[in-house]
Amino acid sequence: MSHAHDHPHDDGHRHPFQPDLEDAPFAYHQVLAQAVGDVLVAKGVFTAEDLRRQIEAIDAAEPARGARLVARAWIDGGFRERLLRDVNAAAAELGVDAGGIPIRAVANEPGVHNLIVCTLCSCYPRLLIGLPPDWYKSRAYRSRAIREPRAVLAEFGTAIPDDIEVRVHDSTADLRYMVLPLRPEGTEGWDETRLAGLVTRDSMIGVALPRVPAAA
Amino acid sequence: MRRHHDMGGIEAGPIERGEHDYEPWEKRVDAIMRLLTHPSRRVMTVDELRRGIEALGPGAYDAMSYYERWIASVTEILIEKGVITVDELGRTMSAVEARWRQERAS
Amino acid sequence: MSARFAPGDRVAVRRAYPPGHVRTPWFVRGRSGVVEQAMGAYANPEELAYGRPGQPPVPLYRVRFDQRALWPDYAGAPGDTAVVDLYEHWLEPSEETR
Repeated sequence: MSHAHDHPHDDGHRHPFQPDLEDAPFAYHQVLAQAVGDVLVAKGVFTAEDLRRQIEAIDAAEPARGARLVARAWIDGGFRERLLRDVNAAAAELGVDAGGIPIRAVANEPGVHNLIVCTLCSCYPRLLIGLPPDWYKSRAYRSRAIREPRAVLAEFGTAIPDDIEVRVHDSTADLRYMVLPLRPEGTEGWDETRLAGLVTRDSMIGVALPRVPAAA
Repeated sequence: MRRHHDMGGIEAGPIERGEHDYEPWEKRVDAIMRLLTHPSRRVMTVDELRRGIEALGPGAYDAMSYYERWIASVTEILIEKGVITVDELGRTMSAVEARWRQERAS
Repeated sequence: MSARFAPGDRVAVRRAYPPGHVRTPWFVRGRSGVVEQAMGAYANPEELAYGRPGQPPVPLYRVRFDQRALWPDYAGAPGDTAVVDLYEHWLEPSEETR
């Protein structure tokens, strides 16, 4: 269902309108977004170059960066400990800038499955794993994930047995969260890159589990 | 009174799993916010952004998309703080529309 | 600022319903939970939201609740929990047992 990563982004040169709608009005908030940026640049609050670089940073943050942290934690116990203590510092070890907002990793255990939501807003570790999917910000997810997490997990095709605690984290304050999933069985001897390939964005939110493809 | 954005636990339907690629203008809004909140500038805080979004009211909150809410809130806060004026914003918006109309025609 | 609560302490979330920018979700107000972790102190978001400095910083805790204490009709498993980030001024000591 996701098509977010199937084709490259084409920033900057895509016009905000369709050529066959020549007389259509421009979308109000798009005009506003352009104008606010233009005014701030004109007043020297930041430069056009700052803005361009920031958009590049947004494009650079993607789930693959978080997946590298998870895969490293699976093969290196010392790194796992450091990741659980301080995600931002552990990310920096791998040359990944996770930003200034503290991110906390919550580890799945044989008896605990973690799920992340922000009921008041839609807080998300965007500097580490990219902009959140639309559903994460939706009313349905924000209202239901906290009250009926197992029903929500089921909608994502994830069944957690009743003897495993489902622990929902509501990140409404000054921290951001990512789930450190359990390393799947059947991956003994895999190298870090191959392991990272199993770690999806959804498994770091907690709505899914990393799965070894049947063919592997 | 329970406010509209405080939605943990209320009744809601199934989760719509469709996703869209973020548009350049949406990333621009995100980038503007990151630059404004950066410790080197600290023109505004995420807390102010959230307060501004919460103040949009239930109708606007539901009718507007995520980054529409963001730019609406950022703009109000910047005006409140005197970082930009309503007049320069109005003039710049007209200039943007004129520029885009010209690009569209060419 | 020294933290008033430590991991394992039983706390109750204040029943307060002020207008304005608040980070304490409605569904935990008046509920009791256990401090899971003390996370250090942060500038008060209820002040930051209005452009003020939010000083002195307020200790922030991760508080764990039994789901069945939050939702009487909770349909999941008995051991399920929710962990919510809450600022110290919203918390009081609680004698209530599990």
